[in-house]
Amino acid sequence: MVAHRSLTEIFAAPLVIAIVSTVGLISALVGDGWWDAVSWVALGLPVLLYLVFIWRRRPN
Amino acid sequence: MTVTTKSLRRWGAVHKWTSLICTLFMLLLCITGLPLIFHDEIDDLLHSSVKPAEAPAGTPPANLDHLLANALAQAPGKVPHFLIWDRDEPGAIWVSVGPTIDADPTNNRLIRMDTHSGAYLDSPDVTGRFTYIMLKLHTDMFAGLPGKLFLGFMGILFCVAIISGIVVYAPSMRKLRFGAYRAKRTRVVRWLDVHNLAGILLVAWTLVVGFTGVINTWADLVLKMWQFGQLAEMTAQYKDRPVPSKLTSLNGAVEVARHAVPGMTPSFVAFPGTLFSSKSHYAVFLHGDTPLTSRLLKPALIDAETGALTDSRDMPWYVSTLYISQPLHFGDYGGMPLKIVWALLDILTIFILVTGVYLWMRRRKAGVSQERAIANAAAIDSPALTS
Repeated sequence: MVAHRSLTEIFAAPLVIAIVSTVGLISALVGDGWWDAVSWVALGLPVLLYLVFIWRRRPN
Repeated sequence: MTVTTKSLRRWGAVHKWTSLICTLFMLLLCITGLPLIFHDEIDDLLHSSVKPAEAPAGTPPANLDHLLANALAQAPGKVPHFLIWDRDEPGAIWVSVGPTIDADPTNNRLIRMDTHSGAYLDSPDVTGRFTYIMLKLHTDMFAGLPGKLFLGFMGILFCVAIISGIVVYAPSMRKLRFGAYRAKRTRVVRWLDVHNLAGILLVAWTLVVGFTGVINTWADLVLKMWQFGQLAEMTAQYKDRPVPSKLTSLNGAVEVARHAVPGMTPSFVAFPGTLFSSKSHYAVFLHGDTPLTSRLLKPALIDAETGALTDSRDMPWYVSTLYISQPLHFGDYGGMPLKIVWALLDILTIFILVTGVYLWMRRRKAGVSQERAIANAAAIDSPALTS
């Protein structure tokens, strides 16, 4: 538990992730090769973060 | 009760009802959509097909009139509707034939031909395939246009559920760090955390895939709009002409189209009298060569009596929007790694749906008002829920 958080604090990380995801969604449309790789990483990020957050605090 | 609490309760109610109504259908869409991401790979695995003959680079393609004649020899009494270049297999061209020119093309037979020799390869009946059944369940639940539009409406509810979900995420996270997962707590707390975490991480993806899915359900309507709009405009002078008794060379028509639209590659030809053309024209649809422009088709209308170009225009914005929304929904535009990421995101969406239903059931059982639980994050810690 942390102290009461402001809206900015609550939505800062989600906003960054949404922007990165959007870049990922568009990138592979624009070109091939590196453009595709940017998509894989950018859209893979939410999946990776999910696993990190769940595994880090898995019940023993 | 403060104004904020009141409005949060309202958002909570929106989130609850839009989610509840669409969840069952969204589950169906997520589950059937999962194998569809890999439909090519699954088809290759489950069904054998005749391979086109090896053609060294630079081999010229067969004359299309010759190829078409060979295809029609395999389907006596049928008429051609479309000629389609295979996107993934350059060695193959499909000819779609129906009993009459105005028959419903969704029941057409598909004949696969060798691009370079013009010889017949095979004519698979795809309607019994696993991927076909998944596709039908996914697009219209075997209920035609009404089924499609219904799923589109469910998609709109899903988008509203996501947006209201963002609003009610705030009170839920007032006392928690981003990514909090209270692993040692009861299942209802853990699943609330999973729901919030996966939901907020996937916001952009679920909104884009959800909304582009909605746009795809309007494809039939978009086609009709184009038919009565731009296509009718381009062929206005042909309105009262009789249907040509004998069609000019298909190969010649495609050549004329290629010259009329330099730098683009033919994607498919619609024969005169089909949904995609007038009764007097071959409509040759061409695509560009970048991932984006390969999705944007441009028609060149070739007079089917004289073989001359009538007109070629860029598609109107509503058709382009539909074309661009397709890859964004299918996830088939960035190779196999993107497909795998798409599948993982789809699985996480299933988690969001299942945990959401579970949270609703638990709160209902515990007698906690959903709106109140959402508006006041502390409610999750109430004894009724943590016991």
